[in-house]
Amino acid sequence: MIGAAKSGHPGGSLSAVEILVTLFFDFMRHDPANPAWPDRDRFILSKGHAAPVLYAVLAEAGYTPKPALMSLRKLGSPYQGHPDKRFIPALEASTGSLGVGLSVGLGLALAARLNHRPWRTYVVLGDGEIQEGQIWEAAMFGAFHKVDNLVAIVDYNKIQLDGFVSDIMEIAPVAAKWSAFGWHTIELDGHDLSALRAAFAEAEATKGRPTVIVAHTIKGKGVSFMENNPKFHGTAPTPAEVQAALQELQA
Amino acid sequence: MTPVRPKFELKPGKATREAFGKALAELGRENPDVVVCDADLSKSTFTALFAKEFPERFFSCGIAEANMVSIGAGLASAGKTAFVSSFSAFVLNKGFEQLRVTVAYPRVNLKIVGTHSGISIGEDGPSQMSVEDLSLACSLAGFVVLSPADEVATEALVRAAAAYDGPVFLRCGRVKAPLIYSPGETFSIGGSRELIGGSEITIAATGLLVAEAIRAAETLEAEGVSARVLDLYSIKPLDQEAIVRAARETGAIVVAEEHLVDSGLGVRVAQAVARTHPCVMEFVGIQDTYAESGTPEELLDKYGLVARDVAAACRRALTRKRGAGLQ
Ligand SMILES: Cc1ncc(C[n+]2csc(CCOP(=O)(O)OP(=O)(O)O)c2C)c(N)n1
Repeated sequence: MIGAAKSGHPGGSLSAVEILVTLFFDFMRHDPANPAWPDRDRFILSKGHAAPVLYAVLAEAGYTPKPALMSLRKLGSPYQGHPDKRFIPALEASTGSLGVGLSVGLGLALAARLNHRPWRTYVVLGDGEIQEGQIWEAAMFGAFHKVDNLVAIVDYNKIQLDGFVSDIMEIAPVAAKWSAFGWHTIELDGHDLSALRAAFAEAEATKGRPTVIVAHTIKGKGVSFMENNPKFHGTAPTPAEVQAALQELQA
Repeated sequence: MTPVRPKFELKPGKATREAFGKALAELGRENPDVVVCDADLSKSTFTALFAKEFPERFFSCGIAEANMVSIGAGLASAGKTAFVSSFSAFVLNKGFEQLRVTVAYPRVNLKIVGTHSGISIGEDGPSQMSVEDLSLACSLAGFVVLSPADEVATEALVRAAAAYDGPVFLRCGRVKAPLIYSPGETFSIGGSRELIGGSEITIAATGLLVAEAIRAAETLEAEGVSARVLDLYSIKPLDQEAIVRAARETGAIVVAEEHLVDSGLGVRVAQAVARTHPCVMEFVGIQDTYAESGTPEELLDKYGLVARDVAAACRRALTRKRGAGLQ
């Protein structure tokens, strides 16, 4: 997909595969045949540049056409460079400018509470993204207003655009920060499906405060030459690299 | 009468963001007080060139543009020649309050360079595209706002910005910009450049649209129309003198910019014209909408920002001018 587009963000898409797959195919209540179902769980990919993983999941679930995935980033494609509600109405938010998705998610979650509806809201954040001040304004808000029907997931892959997070702007200790902000905090291996499943269940059972899942992941997971390689934050693989990557992923 | 002039030659050139990064590193060598902040986009803004040479004078701010703006304000207030840089969309939109209260209002000598301006960034789409930056920057009282068309103008204006005492916003683009100027040509805050002389209509353009204006003027020339082309690289202050002269001498002005048409250079030129010598005007820019993903060329074409659109606007203006019985 990204290879055909010749631009895009493979690394941060691959690190979040298990998180999105668990949510869309195991955990969230949603109905691809009825994307406007009022009681659907809400999902926001706040780190919008990882659009390819979201598109793959939406297409697999049946929201959007699969063959068109290869038109990623092309003029007129539903699969825009960053998730765009104008092109995919099933999206809850248009993202791509980092730092805003958690606040939108909190607003959605408050609305569910006001309307006495059972649906829950899930927001995926990047580790670099949480350097934005608005994330911490939202964190304070979430705990203060006891928004326990929202779960934030930090895709903690330790790499951002210019390099390793620890070289650009250290964010550690991540879990301790969220705990200090009053969130129920779960730390896990973000590629471990059963751990993710258990964490989402634990979050649902947690009352009186929001939950954050600090998911330790590997940027570029599953493709040896992309793993932990900052180059593949925003560089498309060459045709030869695409072949090699697909072979590794199918093995 | 169409004056005789040499055919204008557009050569392939560097992206203005790359020229900015190069000029910044040069400034760093000349002046130990130059400091630079960037928000996790240093490879894209080309401040990485400065960072590599002067790591002790480069401050990585993480993805936190608002904070970066005020950090820069502090550095500048203490006498540093401080530059902060990110995509225009992020540094201006996320940092606007900080630009207002910690830079513009106290009139702090900070230089803000926004790259990836306009829709010609292409595939990334609207969240990263800046179509309102000229408007935002011009609305900061006391700001100088510059929008170079090519690498030569960029390098010269980065230097002009550094030498100037006061806040400056400089707009750069992502794609390679056609080379218009020769090395050593001069540019100044409040200046403009007449690239093609003409008597019947003026095309006042900025940024990437300057090259389109040149191409449009050549099309018009083939149709027997003498079009003047002005590069308005200084958006604020505007070169009032050149604009008034264009209004008086050509009686029609088309403004062309890669920006929302209702809030950019066009309205500023219209105000200058309305105050002094009202004339027929037309505007080429992005209509009241957000663009989408596509190649830069596709988007410029679809959103009406190529020579064809500039020439069409000129023909509309000329029809109105003739209908009004103006010469
Ligand atoms: C507000 C804002 N600033 C800068 C960018 C440019 N940008 C896109 S992705 C990225 C790095 C994101 O890092 P992280 O959140 O860690 O994402 P991941 O590593 O999971 O891909 C940056 C700086 C942006 N999209 N939004």
